[in-house]
Amino acid sequence: MWDWSYAFQILPELANVLPITIAATVVGFAAACVLGLPLSLARKSNYKAVSYLALGWIEFIRSTPLLVQLFFLFYALPLYGISFSPFAAGVLGLGLHYSTYMSEVFRSGIDAVPAGQWEAAKALNFGKRRTWTNIILPQAVPPIIPVMGNYFITMFKETPLLSAITLVELLQTAKAIGSGSFRYLEAFTLVGLLFFLLSYPSSLLVGRLEKRFQRK
Amino acid sequence: MLQTSIWEFTPLLLRGALITIEVTLAATVAAVLCAFLSGFLRLSKSRILRLIGTVYVEVFRGTSLLVQLFWLYFALPILLDIHISAMSAAIAAIGLNYGAYGSEVVRSSIVSVPKGQYEAATALNMSSWLRIRRVVLPQALPLMLPSFGNLQIELLKGTSLVYLITLTDLTYQGMILRSYDSSKTPEIFAMLLFLYFILAYSFTWVIRFLERRTAKGRA
Amino acid sequence: MDDEVHGGRTPDGVHQEPVVKYRKVSKSYGSTVVLNEIDLDIYPGEKVAVIGPSGSGKTTLARMLMTLEEPTAGTIEVDGELLWHQEVKGKLVPANEKHLHNVRSKIGMVFQHFHLFPHMTILRNVTEAPIHVQGMSRAEATERALEMLEKVGLSDKVDEYPSRLSGGQKQRVAIARAVVMRPRVMLFDEATSALDPELVGEVLSVIKDLAAAGDMAMMLITHEMDFAGEIADRVIFTDAGSIVEQGTPEQIFERPQSPRLQAFLSRFRQTWFMGGVQEASISAEKR
Repeated sequence: MWDWSYAFQILPELANVLPITIAATVVGFAAACVLGLPLSLARKSNYKAVSYLALGWIEFIRSTPLLVQLFFLFYALPLYGISFSPFAAGVLGLGLHYSTYMSEVFRSGIDAVPAGQWEAAKALNFGKRRTWTNIILPQAVPPIIPVMGNYFITMFKETPLLSAITLVELLQTAKAIGSGSFRYLEAFTLVGLLFFLLSYPSSLLVGRLEKRFQRK
Repeated sequence: MLQTSIWEFTPLLLRGALITIEVTLAATVAAVLCAFLSGFLRLSKSRILRLIGTVYVEVFRGTSLLVQLFWLYFALPILLDIHISAMSAAIAAIGLNYGAYGSEVVRSSIVSVPKGQYEAATALNMSSWLRIRRVVLPQALPLMLPSFGNLQIELLKGTSLVYLITLTDLTYQGMILRSYDSSKTPEIFAMLLFLYFILAYSFTWVIRFLERRTAKGRA
Repeated sequence: MDDEVHGGRTPDGVHQEPVVKYRKVSKSYGSTVVLNEIDLDIYPGEKVAVIGPSGSGKTTLARMLMTLEEPTAGTIEVDGELLWHQEVKGKLVPANEKHLHNVRSKIGMVFQHFHLFPHMTILRNVTEAPIHVQGMSRAEATERALEMLEKVGLSDKVDEYPSRLSGGQKQRVAIARAVVMRPRVMLFDEATSALDPELVGEVLSVIKDLAAAGDMAMMLITHEMDFAGEIADRVIFTDAGSIVEQGTPEQIFERPQSPRLQAFLSRFRQTWFMGGVQEASISAEKR
């Protein structure tokens, strides 16, 4: 049965690993954004081949499990001489997987910018790069921030998968604690609680952001 | 040489695929039940019932599927002093998790049926049960299908996690094959990805079929 | 005094019990008062037209009878039975759903925006309630439905879906759907206001036939003054939540007494032609 003193005993050990979980989320999210933007541009490309290739890649990655993709990065690539640390493989896997979702989000954000903006930019003789950085992106990004926020939270909840490629994050630590003392109840419950306490308020925050942007 | 290797893998992988499909279908049924039950709870006039529905949705959406899986398989048996099979834990965790996401789809689809339909049904003296069953739900269901289709794919991907509680699914069999011949690791994982992709596309196709069938009579 | 509440004569001139009685009915949303202590009687078979500016409360009057809105105060009686209240051990309590369901069976309504069921064919739209609410057999319900659809001139569309029909056709189906339930009172809430002008006539014609057929009381909330004049036994003018004036069509349209009614009517009429008073109605609120 539940032992409160034991629960408080292991809490610090779990809390200590929290930074790794958060770090993995942040870096993974950054990777997803960095990889997602070129992917969305590829989807919008005027060259049909590029667009279809991007579509194929996105469909393939989105329809197959992140776990297997992580295994591929961590266990298969070393056979080709590319070795990653668990953390590196983890954030790369997260980044690649969620870049496909991000690319769709970016695409919708860019499409939401009225066509007139492109025309005005051309009329004022803005070059391609300037058009993007000064006119399009500043309008495309703010409305999609709530959606991006939701994906950030989703990725946070996916980090336990990284335990399968031996990253010592929250779940892995809980497993270690549990198997050592055969007391899984407190360890896993606390992990669940920690995730909830971090993600639920965040999702409320994102909800508030969404309302703020809708009002604009 | 590559040819023979692939043919060797296939029977074992297909056996794993069968388990994956089994878990997917069973969990889908569970998820749909949870989605509708909690969707209706959250639409109820009773504040308590609404709260129960909301708590369920927020807890299962707010925690990680893998953590839920581990909790149901390792922690719950300790709490209740019972034995839970890996299959049961898998179906329960995946069903409850995706049911929580499905709940929002159910709720928002029902809410988007125009108020006038409710009023027309009331004007014809239909009871609220009759109203929901024959006027509201038939109009809400087609609206739910696209989102359910997306959730179905996510659910399928989620089943790969059951390998981690030693359920002999597709991913599990892939890892077994790897242990026989680790030099074939890239090919094995590529096949895994390919098989999952085929499964995903099959499910998508079924959903598209359902979408077309329920679209009759609409402009 | 009695005449003010009970309006003019009943259709057959004999004093009958009203089929609908509003007693001191009020409705407010928060601090906004929509209806203020309305007293109104409607007699069996009587055709009552309700006219007035938007926001005067006329739609709310109908919706409360159809149980779509609950009165804040007052009682409504249908065929001698209280609608929103029940008597339990000599005291008046709010009615439960079962009671509402029983009394509601006597009222029918046609909506401005039709609200046909888009996922059912025209035939099914009309047979659905008779089968599942009144417990009629499918064969009998179909027979009645086909009869009704023929009366409204849509026999050739029975297997179509609503999306394929014009607005006027949809409204005629909606009328068939409501009438086939044989209510004692039919409410028409601005039945033609959402229709293109050329489609209004076909719907008015159906309503006119219905009125002539006889024993169903009708409350028509409308902007079609000519039409109201043609078929109504009594016209009621509402403004700012009260019944300001009521009388026969002749009294209301040609000899309006109250200034508010006169102002309202002047928006709809054009006067003065060659030394005489020529009146023509222009519908100011056609969409």
